Amino acid sequence: MQSEQTQPRDEQRKPRVGLFVTCLVDLFRPSVGFAAIKLLEQAGCEVHVPEAQTCCGQPAYNSGDRTNAQSIAKQVIAAFETYDYVVAPSGSCAGMLRKHFPALLDNDRDWSERAVRLAGKVHELISFLVDVRGITKVDARYYGTVTYHDSCSGLRELGIKNQPRDLLASVDGLKLKEMPNAEICCGFGGTFSVKYPDISDAMVEKKTDSIEETKADLLLAGDLGCLMNMAGKIKRQGTPVAVRHIAEVLADMADDPAIGDGSTIGRQ
Amino acid sequence: MEPTSHAFKDNVRKALNDDQLQRALGNVKTGFIDKRAKARAALPEFDQLRDQARDIKDHSLAHLDLYLEEYERKVTYSGGHVHWAATAAEAREIILDLCTRAGAKTVTKGKSMVAEEIALNDHLEAQGIEVVETDLGEYLIQIRGETPSHIIAPAVHLNKEQIEQDFRKTHTDLPEDRSLDRPEQLVNEARTVLRDKFIAADVGITGANLLIAETGSSVIVTNEGNGDLTQILPRVHIVIATIEKIVPTREDAMTILRVLARSATGQEFTTYTTFSTGPKRPDDPDGPEEYHVVILDNGRSEMLGTEFREVLRCIRCGACMNHCPVYHAIGGHAYGWVYPGPIGAVLTPSLIGVEKAGHLPNASTFCGRCEAVCPMRIPLPKLMRKLREREFEKAASPWQQRAGIKIWAFFAKRPRLYRRSTNILIAILARFGRRRGTFRYLPFAGGWTKYRELPAPQGRTFHQLWREQRNERVHK
Ligand code: SF4
Repeated sequence: MQSEQTQPRDEQRKPRVGLFVTCLVDLFRPSVGFAAIKLLEQAGCEVHVPEAQTCCGQPAYNSGDRTNAQSIAKQVIAAFETYDYVVAPSGSCAGMLRKHFPALLDNDRDWSERAVRLAGKVHELISFLVDVRGITKVDARYYGTVTYHDSCSGLRELGIKNQPRDLLASVDGLKLKEMPNAEICCGFGGTFSVKYPDISDAMVEKKTDSIEETKADLLLAGDLGCLMNMAGKIKRQGTPVAVRHIAEVLADMADDPAIGDGSTIGRQ
Repeated sequence: MEPTSHAFKDNVRKALNDDQLQRALGNVKTGFIDKRAKARAALPEFDQLRDQARDIKDHSLAHLDLYLEEYERKVTYSGGHVHWAATAAEAREIILDLCTRAGAKTVTKGKSMVAEEIALNDHLEAQGIEVVETDLGEYLIQIRGETPSHIIAPAVHLNKEQIEQDFRKTHTDLPEDRSLDRPEQLVNEARTVLRDKFIAADVGITGANLLIAETGSSVIVTNEGNGDLTQILPRVHIVIATIEKIVPTREDAMTILRVLARSATGQEFTTYTTFSTGPKRPDDPDGPEEYHVVILDNGRSEMLGTEFREVLRCIRCGACMNHCPVYHAIGGHAYGWVYPGPIGAVLTPSLIGVEKAGHLPNASTFCGRCEAVCPMRIPLPKLMRKLREREFEKAASPWQQRAGIKIWAFFAKRPRLYRRSTNILIAILARFGRRRGTFRYLPFAGGWTKYRELPAPQGRTFHQLWREQRNERVHK
């Protein structure tokens, strides 16, 4: 198998990681991508960012457009299959590559095997650091109280629950205060949030109530989609909670304005 | 009942603005969830039982014809009659005919979702037969002229005050100054009213949680005991069930019952689990003189050969809706037909068509909680996605949405073009949004900005910045 041939011969060779940036990080919050690179390099990886990537295809896949979802899946596979690992700073996109690509291409003689082989190498960033690279602590500081939202795909498709909490516990000065119902969906759901804004709003409102209850000054999660949804609601409500991707804090790069903060405010 | 699933968005708006409903939904969110979690924790092999239950139903569905024939043989042997109905209309006619032949004036009914599916009550009442629901929740919605809003707790959308009002309006022969403040007073009053009906009934109709091929038995689970009285007291007992309720053996039935109550109400077992097999035998102390089973297909056999077969494993426990954040937000009536929640989002369009119920499988974030708790391990999100695909293929989804996806995909499939266009787009957005940090309104994003700000992009795209950095790294 190809992946076995590319495994390190000598123990010293760094694993080659292809970073799947995700479309939202690419467009809205590149700092998360750089935080991911820093964390991966600290964990001894050689990070590559293939040019030929755009999105994981979920907008098409979840809208019933299987044909376009398949084309995009093939594009991702072709761009990433030579790496030892594929890592994404999103449970949702990693879940798409890992769980859904094989299902999407299982009737395609040329691609189904490649999809399965790729799927075996795909990881969400934080769980990759902990489960694959064995990282137990990070070199970072945050002096304040944070709360963490479990994004659905990461939690239920990939089993991400303790890994982010374990690493957060090693951040100097950080206090984690759990919110009630941290595992309940924030109401984002990709195109759902614009197709059914009324329901989506009812859901995110319950979420922001839970967040407020913790009195935390910072909300973290591992998926930019959920974060933009919650930040958008928090800003509309005027609640004094900052919102960031967990990688920013773990990489000690939490000094850009938080999500939804203007460039003139937000820097303390 | 005429489905209103096509008017889902209006239904949703109504539900979200209904304060009373919103308060009532709070109970679903806490009660059922905690109880199930406790029941699951108390039974270490619970998840293994789920696998077994799934396998039993998969096996039954693969040999459905065989087991249904066996079931019919056993029912006939024990002196009962099996009637096959391909459609809802056929089932209604068969039942009406049985009631007419029994000379029925009053019919009592146990809780049955299939009876709701075929709108049985309206049909019998139109022929002058009095139909009385004997499950408390069903009775409440019957006197209000409503449909169930939950498959195991049909009146979960009501509060005590509403029920008191309805009782005073309906039970006019009882003293006006009676006290109905406490829940037990309401229950007692319902009991008193229903007792007379049980005795007066000529025919009793129940649903079935399971049919057992080995013995020709039907099984119902209840907590009120009303089902027993419904099927024992009248002279004629009619069971209405659908084809997928069949399991091969008693053993299989027990496995499924062990996950059913735990998933539904968090009980180990419901208060009553009742097996009925044929009419009263000479030595039996009680039981009906006639025993009929009406087995309905209503589109299910067409699902057998498709990927939707998995839905037919459903045992109607309600766990998926109890754990569904969308159901928590809008309640059951918004779904517009008999089956609400995630199971409704899959079953309704499968039975009445994506053209009429296309909204339901779309109104999900795919959070996956339903699949995580379903005792029969039905991949509900996957099936909702399949329905979206079916809708997309038939071009039944709104054209703007389809066009939007196609345009987006055109760019997403061409990385260079995508990069060039997004660089420009993001630069513009960032320019306008950076100071404030968010957009209060953006054309084409009205669905988002109606309730939320849209966070502005940081400035340039990751790939732009990465390219520059990499060049720097190389030149160093
Ligand atoms: S789909 Fe599963 S969880 Fe929902 S009612 Fe059916 S068996 Fe229960």
